[in-house]
Amino acid sequence: MFKYANPTHFLALAARLIPWLAGATALTLIAGLYLTFFVAPDDYQQGASVKIMYIHVPSAWLGMMCYMVMTSAALGTLVWRHPLADAAQKAAAPLGAAFTLLCLVTGSLWGKPMWGTWWVWDARLTSVLVLFLIYLGLIGLWRTIEEPSQAARAAAILTLVGVVNIPIIKFSVDWWNTLHQPSSVFRLGGPAISPSMLWPLLVMAVAFTLLFFTLHLMEVRNEILRRRLRRLSILAASAEDPELSAEAAK
Amino acid sequence: MKDYSSYIFAAYGFAAALVGFLTIKIALDYRALKKQLARFGDQEKGQ
Repeated sequence: MFKYANPTHFLALAARLIPWLAGATALTLIAGLYLTFFVAPDDYQQGASVKIMYIHVPSAWLGMMCYMVMTSAALGTLVWRHPLADAAQKAAAPLGAAFTLLCLVTGSLWGKPMWGTWWVWDARLTSVLVLFLIYLGLIGLWRTIEEPSQAARAAAILTLVGVVNIPIIKFSVDWWNTLHQPSSVFRLGGPAISPSMLWPLLVMAVAFTLLFFTLHLMEVRNEILRRRLRRLSILAASAEDPELSAEAAK
Repeated sequence: MKDYSSYIFAAYGFAAALVGFLTIKIALDYRALKKQLARFGDQEKGQ
């Protein structure tokens, strides 16, 4: 594990893994889309609009899972000072924002024909919007603070503060009276959804998870290269200006 | 399917566009970074 904390070892591992992960993502996504459009039945109440569920629900799960990955990375930055933790955290934020945005947009497109409205300030919808805003805040924070180690610490603290929103999203449909339906997959009594719809949903969830890991690995690799380039640029500049040598040493 | 087709196509179209944008952006970033790093390597060799 700690062998791959070395960026050079990590880059070699990423180069080997990315093509396999991309292939597995493509295959699972094709299987999921086939099951969604040609095998899964329409809902007896919602008709064909239920097809939106197969991208809405996995993107919601991924939006939250991505935040938990960032929380682990934030602990890695603050507690263990793992060299790749802040790169992993920074790389995950735009992906989390994208999956959360996808969840909001597809939810809106599903809500309009089913509820008669694009948006309501319901506890579930609002808490997911807050998650999206936290992601944007984190991306902004990284862009605002120039010094990478300071930015990583500030982002890690904000990430740990924001994690309180994850259980709020999960349990919002139980704690408050919401227009959004309660959980139908991860619930105490087992899934309330028919297996003919559950299996395509799970295949799409696996496809989205693989997609996240593929893109995350690619983005972490980019972040390592970006830092290497920054160091080299400062070293090159410090050859002309000795004051920059201290900066390069960081 | 007919009644809701515009909503379904809009949802899947947005998903495809977003995933496509992310993938292309990350891949192009990688290419640009490799190019810039290679330029530094060439400069070091030249010195």
